[in-house]
Amino acid sequence: MDKIELSKVDTILDDHRGKKDSLITVLQKSQNELGYLSKDTQKYIADEMKIPYSKLYGVVTFYSQFHQKPRGKYIVRVCEGTACHVRGGDKVLEALKDELGVDRGETTKDLLFTLEPVACLGACGLAPVVMINDESYGRMTPESIVEVINEYRNKN
Amino acid sequence: MKEYTAIKELPYYEELDFYKKQKRIVLQNCGLIDPEKIDDYIEKKGYQAAAKAITQMKSKEIIEEVKKSGLRGRGGGGFPTGLKWQFAKDAEGEKKYIVCNADEGDPGAFMDRSLLEGDPHKLLEGMMIAAYAIDADEGYIYVRAEYPLAIRRLKKAISQAEELGLLGENIFGTEFNFKIHIKEGAGAFVCGEETALMASIEGKRGTPTSRPPYPAQSGLWGKPTNINNVETYANIPFIIDNGAEEFNKFGTENSSGTKVFALTGKIKNTGLVEVPMGLSLRDIIYDIGGGITDDKGFKAVQTGGPSGGCIPAEQLDLKIDYDSLKEIGAMMGSGGMVVMDEDTCMVDVARFFLTFTQSESCGKCTPCRLGTKRMLEILERITEGEGKKGDIEKLEQLGKVIKEASLCGLGQTAPNPVLTTIKYFRDEYEAHINDKKCPAGQCDALKGSYVIDEDHCIGCGQCKTVCPADAITGKKQKAHTIDPEACISCGACAEVCPVNAISN
Repeated sequence: MDKIELSKVDTILDDHRGKKDSLITVLQKSQNELGYLSKDTQKYIADEMKIPYSKLYGVVTFYSQFHQKPRGKYIVRVCEGTACHVRGGDKVLEALKDELGVDRGETTKDLLFTLEPVACLGACGLAPVVMINDESYGRMTPESIVEVINEYRNKN
Repeated sequence: MKEYTAIKELPYYEELDFYKKQKRIVLQNCGLIDPEKIDDYIEKKGYQAAAKAITQMKSKEIIEEVKKSGLRGRGGGGFPTGLKWQFAKDAEGEKKYIVCNADEGDPGAFMDRSLLEGDPHKLLEGMMIAAYAIDADEGYIYVRAEYPLAIRRLKKAISQAEELGLLGENIFGTEFNFKIHIKEGAGAFVCGEETALMASIEGKRGTPTSRPPYPAQSGLWGKPTNINNVETYANIPFIIDNGAEEFNKFGTENSSGTKVFALTGKIKNTGLVEVPMGLSLRDIIYDIGGGITDDKGFKAVQTGGPSGGCIPAEQLDLKIDYDSLKEIGAMMGSGGMVVMDEDTCMVDVARFFLTFTQSESCGKCTPCRLGTKRMLEILERITEGEGKKGDIEKLEQLGKVIKEASLCGLGQTAPNPVLTTIKYFRDEYEAHINDKKCPAGQCDALKGSYVIDEDHCIGCGQCKTVCPADAITGKKQKAHTIDPEACISCGACAEVCPVNAISN
C-alpha cells in the first residue's frame, strides 16, 4: 500500500483507536476514502486494531457493502436476454470486451469501467440494450457501443 | 386581521377518504413539522412525556403503564413491550443498554424510514423513557446505510437534544444520564434479527445466536439490553402522556393501539397508513387504498414482507391484528402490505420472496442455508415449466422443517410466502406443473407466442418496428401476423400496440 493511502487510513484509525465497536465503521470510512478494501488495506487495519486478519476478512465478506476489488466509475450492464441475443447482443458484449480489454465482471485498469452482463434489463423493444450507470442505450451495434464508450472516456 | 373563508369544494384533511379511517399516533407529526427543528417538536408537546416519566414517575410505574397499554413489538414478533422492559429491569448488572432496531430491510416497507426522516425526536423521546425505566445510560440506533437522510436527521436531532440538555448528564435536573450513538449497517438483511444486530454493532459478522440467553439477560457486550423497533419506541410518548387507558381505546383486545402499514402494489392510493388494529383488510384496501388499479380483480395481499404470507380474497374481511394474521399463516411483520391483482402469478411471487431470503440467509444454520436453496430450486423449476409431480408436497415438507429447525426469525419465517400461496392458490401451482400453463401469464417460459387479433389490428406497423426477432409481417393498413416459430414472447409488440390487439 502506498504512503498516501496509508496516511488516509491512519487518520481514520486515529479517531477510533481503543473503541471496541468500531471495526465496521473503520472499514466503511476506509472504503469511502479508497474506493475498495484491498488485501493490504485489510491486513493493515487488522494489525493496527489488533484483531486477527481472518476475523476482519470474515466481516468484509459478510456484508454486501464491502468490495475487495476496485469498481469502475461507470458500471456497464450488457443485457443478455433472449430479445437482445437474437438482435446481436452477444456481438455487442464481444465488442465491449475487446474495447475495454476486460472480461465479464472485471474492471478496466484506469478504473473507469466495470463490465457486468445481466440477465434482462426489461427493455426488449430497444434490443440490444446496454446500461451505463443509470443511462440506457438502445439498439446498440458493435460500432455504436464503442462510440458511447468513447463519449464517457472524453468526459474524464 | 384578514378574514379567511373556507372554500366549500375543498375537503378538510380528515374528510379525505384516505385519512377518514386512519388514526395517527405514531405518524402524528410526520409531514406537519420540520423534522430538523427541535422547537417544532416541542411545540407539539414533544419531550413532555419524557419530562413526566423522568421527574414524576418511578421506573416501576412506567413499566406498569406500558404493560397496561398492551403495546406489542411493532417489528413483527409482537412480544409484549412492557414485559420485555421488565426482564431488562430485573436483570442484574451495573451497565445496561437500550438498542433501537432501525434496520428496515423488507422489500416494500418504509414505515421506519418515514418516521426517522419525518419525526426523529419522537424516537429519541421513546428511547429516553425506556432507558430511564430499565436503568440504562447508553443507547444505540442501528440504521441501515441505505437511509442516508434518516441518518443525517437523527444525528441532527441528537445534537439538538444534547444542546438543550435533553440528552447527556443530569437530564431534567435528575440523576439520570443518557447518551445515544448511531450505528450504520453495512448491507445485510439478517441484521434485522436482534442477536445478529447486536453482533453487528459490536463490529462482528452479523450472524444470529441461539436464545436463551435473551438480550434482556445478556445482550450487547454481554450486558442486559432492551431492544425494540422504531415504531414501538415511537408509541411510548403517547402512552406516558395520555395514559394506557387512552391507548387501549384503539385496537383489539390482544393487540391494542395502531399499526403503520406501507400500502403498495396494484392499488390506487399508495403510501403509509396508520390504522387502529382490528380494521379489516377490505377497509384498508378499498376505503383507504381506493381499490385496485384499473379496477382489476383483487387476487391477494402480501403482508409481512419475505417473512409473511399471501392472503386471498376469501379473507378480505379478516380483522387484522397479530393473532388473526398468524392464524391464517401470514404475519404482521414490520408492516409491508403489497396488493396483487389478477395478473400476478402467485408461484412467481413465492419465488421472488424466496430468492430474497435465500440470498440473505447468513449461512450459519443448515435448515435455512440449504433448505431455502432446495426450495428455491424447485420453485425455479416450476416457473420454468419443468415442474414434476410431487413438487408441491416436497415444498410443503421442506417448508415445515425449515420453520421448525432454523435458528432465527429469518429461517423460521422464510417458507411462509411459499406455504401460504400453496395453501390458498394450489390450483396455480398445479396448472404450472400439470398443464405447463401460467394462469396469470407472467412466467416467461410458459408464455405462448403472441397473437394479433386481426379484427382489431389497424396495420400501423409499430409492432413490426419494435419486434426484436423480426417475427411480424404485414402490409401498411392491413392486419399483421406474428410467426409463432420466430416469436420469443418478449411482449414488446403488445406494449406498443395502440389498440391493444396483441395478446398471448
